[in-house]
Amino acid sequence: MTSITYDGTFDGFLTAVFEAYEYKLKDAIITTKQRYQPTVFALKHEVITNEAKAERVWKGLKQKISAKATSEIYHCFLADVAVENTLYSYIQYAFSASKTIEWDYTNIHVVQVREWAHKVHRERHRMAAFIRFQLTKDQLYYAVIQPDFNVLPLLENHFKRRYADQKWLIYDVFRRYGIYYDLKEVSVVEMTFSDDSNNGKDISGVYDEDEGLYQSLWQNYFKSVNIQARKNTKLHIQHMPKRYWKHLTEKKPLIR
Amino acid sequence: MTSDRIHEKLSILADAAKYDVSCASSGSKRENHNKGLGNASNGICHAYTEDGRCVSLLKILLTNHCIFDCAYCVSRKSNDIKRAAFTVQEVVDLTINFYRRNYIEGLFISSGIFKNADYTMERLVLIAKKLRTEHKFNGYIHLKAIPGASEELLKEAGMYADRLSVNIEMPTKESLKLLAPDKKQDDVIHPMKYLKSAIIQHKEEKKQFRKAPLFAPAGQSTQMVIGATPESDLQILLMSHFFYQKMNLKRVYYSGYVPISTDNRLPSIGTPVPMVRENRLYQADWLLRFYGFTVDEIVAPDYPQLDMDIDPKLSWALRNMDIFPVDINKADLQLIKRIPGIGVQSANKIVAARRYQNLTWDNLKKIGISLTKARYFIICNSRDYERRDLQPLQVKQQILSLGKSKYQPNFSPQIRLF
Repeated sequence: MTSITYDGTFDGFLTAVFEAYEYKLKDAIITTKQRYQPTVFALKHEVITNEAKAERVWKGLKQKISAKATSEIYHCFLADVAVENTLYSYIQYAFSASKTIEWDYTNIHVVQVREWAHKVHRERHRMAAFIRFQLTKDQLYYAVIQPDFNVLPLLENHFKRRYADQKWLIYDVFRRYGIYYDLKEVSVVEMTFSDDSNNGKDISGVYDEDEGLYQSLWQNYFKSVNIQARKNTKLHIQHMPKRYWKHLTEKKPLIR
Repeated sequence: MTSDRIHEKLSILADAAKYDVSCASSGSKRENHNKGLGNASNGICHAYTEDGRCVSLLKILLTNHCIFDCAYCVSRKSNDIKRAAFTVQEVVDLTINFYRRNYIEGLFISSGIFKNADYTMERLVLIAKKLRTEHKFNGYIHLKAIPGASEELLKEAGMYADRLSVNIEMPTKESLKLLAPDKKQDDVIHPMKYLKSAIIQHKEEKKQFRKAPLFAPAGQSTQMVIGATPESDLQILLMSHFFYQKMNLKRVYYSGYVPISTDNRLPSIGTPVPMVRENRLYQADWLLRFYGFTVDEIVAPDYPQLDMDIDPKLSWALRNMDIFPVDINKADLQLIKRIPGIGVQSANKIVAARRYQNLTWDNLKKIGISLTKARYFIICNSRDYERRDLQPLQVKQQILSLGKSKYQPNFSPQIRLF
């Protein structure tokens, strides 16, 4: 048995898969350097991320499974939990078969990869919906999020297309990094943001003078479109789970 | 604008618009190609109200002043309520600022009719025009087509809007006449017909010239108020069928009547909103559009009302027990979609997965198929299946005893309504 460690990046993971084949490592277990725990029984094989090797695995996969299925592999990876070995088994199965295995729900790894991909996809979709930007004095629209999975890489293109004419920054408090758009490109930024900076209490200092007005107008709108005679709290919470409320303008204490 | 006044206008004009149930923001093809603001190529629900409905668009009336007196409408002339009107610029500013903060996908603007149809429509079109041309706004715009507005204005509306809608309001001419004496069904059908041909014509042009302008790329929709008048579900669904088949509508919305008036032509205040019925109608609507059902399979003169306690597909299956059980490893996709409890996605998954091996109960569960209803109607790669020769009523009882409908408490008062 061999433990393969990598740096936590997607390319690193693909490199690990490549080397498992390259060195014919039997019963390989892939894990990040951070999560690695030495055992007496397993050898350790440390992988250095190699774009060319990663690219070869990726290209190989694209010949075996559909583009949608490769995208599911990436989504699954971004679940940000220890799914590497499920993915590795899935990839082995894909390479071993002559036709695509992506619909084979009788295979446990296929089912699991799809489940994770589905969860991550749903979280991405929710973030595209629930992110609330606040306009600062220097005309930057910024938002703080705490997603269950590492979905920022999946949101980049969506927001770049959508807000091509405004500067924006989305910061993931859990993972302590953000993506920033400067009207040309999106780049990754790392910084420490205080968790309290998004609670809307002290709005005068940092924010554009109309920011408070629009937040209160949005709260007003949200309240006005509700039909009391149709109240359905269960459905409301099912669609907007409470863990997201903290950063939702319409769910914060009334500004006005 | 002073902030108090704009707050007051927003609460009045959002409140008055909320009975229009359409909130779709999908189905358009508008992309952000000019480095402007927004991208209407995907539908997103940004929030959900406490009644569980999606908030995707800023849905407001331009004004709730109205020269009409439709009994079912809060904004009717004779209703003693606060009136307000936005300026064109105020609507534009709200839309842009809400959109930039990711609150909404776009704007759905409707209006009470002031002066006349053209005068009202002109202002709606002006809002859309300003957004598109002055602000390079590529978000979603849904414009209400005012019945009686001129074809030139409708045409201009189509150039800027993603979706247009004219509400039929009532499922029959007679009901419309009774409750909305100022409106005629023809006034609604006429713009619909015009838009239908304009949309088709622009689609043709688009095929030939890639750069031909968009014209209402998300099509048109309409809405019927349900439960204010005594129509049967059969009458309602035949009307929907007409709209889908003859008018190419993208959607027909059903709005359960929320009692807002003491008018004796209408259900009195305090009558529950017919939410179950509304839900069953949407289920039936889906069967028509995505499951290959025809209206007479769902409702017919012998059974003109949808069952309230079970969904329309299950009702159909119980009337047609001779078709079942279906072998999910052999049946074609169309038939699998007709199995109670199996939706389009599940059906597709089954057909894809069975290419690898014959599916067992366990496989079906892993795929994520809910078997509560389906197990009475299928056989799979297992010797274990429902062998008892159950009568339809027994199947219904067993299914009902297993599942608990979220609408249970609503059943009794609802059914007594009719």
